[in-house]
Amino acid sequence: MPYTTPLVDIDGLSQSFGDRRVLRDLRVSLPPGIHALLGPNGAGKTTLINILSTLIRPDAGRARVLGLDVHADRARLRRKIALTGQYAAVDEALSGMENLDMMGQLFGLSRSAARRRGGLLLDQFGLTASKSAKVSTYSGGMRRKLDIAVSLIAEPELIFLDEPTTGLDTRSRQALWDEIHRLADHGTSVFLTTQYLDEAEALAEQILVLDDGRIVAEGTADELKELVGGATIQLHDGSGHLRAEHATDGSAADVSRTLAELAAQYPDLAVTVRKPSMDEVFLQLTGQPTEGAAS
Amino acid sequence: MTATATRPATDPAAPVTAGTGFLTSLRVFSVRSLKKSFRDGESMLMAILLPVLLMLIFTFIMGGAIDVGGGGGREAYLAYVMPAVVLTAAGFGASYTAVVVSQDVATGFMNRLRTMPFPSVTVLLGHTVSSMARNLIATAVVFLVGFAVGFRTEATVGQLLAAVGLILLWILAITVIFALLGLVAGSPESANGYGFILLFLPYVSSGFAPVDTMPGWLQPFAEHQPMTPVIDAARALMNGQDPGADPWVAVAWCLGFMAIAIWLIAVVFPRKTAR
Repeated sequence: MPYTTPLVDIDGLSQSFGDRRVLRDLRVSLPPGIHALLGPNGAGKTTLINILSTLIRPDAGRARVLGLDVHADRARLRRKIALTGQYAAVDEALSGMENLDMMGQLFGLSRSAARRRGGLLLDQFGLTASKSAKVSTYSGGMRRKLDIAVSLIAEPELIFLDEPTTGLDTRSRQALWDEIHRLADHGTSVFLTTQYLDEAEALAEQILVLDDGRIVAEGTADELKELVGGATIQLHDGSGHLRAEHATDGSAADVSRTLAELAAQYPDLAVTVRKPSMDEVFLQLTGQPTEGAAS
Repeated sequence: MTATATRPATDPAAPVTAGTGFLTSLRVFSVRSLKKSFRDGESMLMAILLPVLLMLIFTFIMGGAIDVGGGGGREAYLAYVMPAVVLTAAGFGASYTAVVVSQDVATGFMNRLRTMPFPSVTVLLGHTVSSMARNLIATAVVFLVGFAVGFRTEATVGQLLAAVGLILLWILAITVIFALLGLVAGSPESANGYGFILLFLPYVSSGFAPVDTMPGWLQPFAEHQPMTPVIDAARALMNGQDPGADPWVAVAWCLGFMAIAIWLIAVVFPRKTAR
């Protein structure tokens, strides 16, 4: 594999606000692609995004994005990234096209280039019909799409998405996921935060699990599941109700031993052996249940 | 920050956006803020209606009752009260700046701008330009209504321009203060609340009634608060009288306020990230 500059390269990164330690000695290096930072509320996800997108200067440690230091090289880095924050940061009083036009010009595009590219993005995100309407008349999903379109106006190499689907209904959420996949197909890298396991699993090549300011696990969804390991044996009655459940360490010996014990107890029930769900992975890694996936 | 071995930078052929400079971003944000305020129908209506109503109330309801000397009754009071009406309306118009600045912080718009390749403080200057435009309209409305209900003056064009210039300098100063308040306010709603302070301040000045008719304990404040020299100077100039040293005192107040507010903005703005 040819050597490429890491998308994000963090070494010993720490951040405190007053007495509160928000990030503790983070170390990670990620290749270009889609990455998800998964964690409960208050884990430090937004703080990390704010540091990587040059908003906050870190207290200690080093953070490089696209090979550029987030503080020392911030002027150059700002030409290659875009931030889409937790709330749709578009101007409600302007139309969709006016928002794109304004941001395009601020990124240094000419007016005509900004409008041309704005038109393409509105088309891509299915907003062409509403391009002249004030954003205050948009639905939550439309606003979110425009918000991301605005971030793409100058073709950034990396886009940060802070909880992109929080507050969206299931359909808008799926539509947004499709857009994020399409970005990756076009070679734009994505670094997103989420508190939804299914979202991290559906989108990201690499998942970082952040808990209380520490990265507690890192890998693909399958790798994380393996990390937690084990398999659960479930017994269902004829009408499909779960009657008994037993965790094993996943080895053939443990599974057959457990199965033998359960078979003696419930000889007539149907057996299923199940790999751990992302919920169980998360529970085991962070010691707390998730906020509940938006499903 | 620890030193590290230099790695090759990302692909130099990769597209890099140019970013933009001070003047372009100032133009972009001025257009944005002007569109914003002129599309906010309720605010625009208030910005025009408030000075009209104040002028009519003070001319026809209070004008016959308050004796400001000069023996002219209603007309003398009209000539007396006009600068205070402009400043009251301007206080309202400028307070809108706090609301829009605070909205930009609360929505994360400011955060997004600060990750972009241009001087982000121009977003505040854009709001300032639009505040000046709104208040220039309010000032024009006061003068038009004034002339319509009988204001006449022998002031020279130079004196009238000086009066308007002083008023605009005051509006600029309070706009900058409101921009600062918008940055530090917790929410657009609380930013809106600050507007009331400047709506009442002109009543405790020489603007609507002579200071020597107020109770003794109030006189020192009314005499020395910054609006009194601004109003006295503007009134003297637009009525063709010698303003004495008042214009210079007024200019000193305005510049002083601006210097402090700009300094505080320079401190607060780089730290301001919405959470």
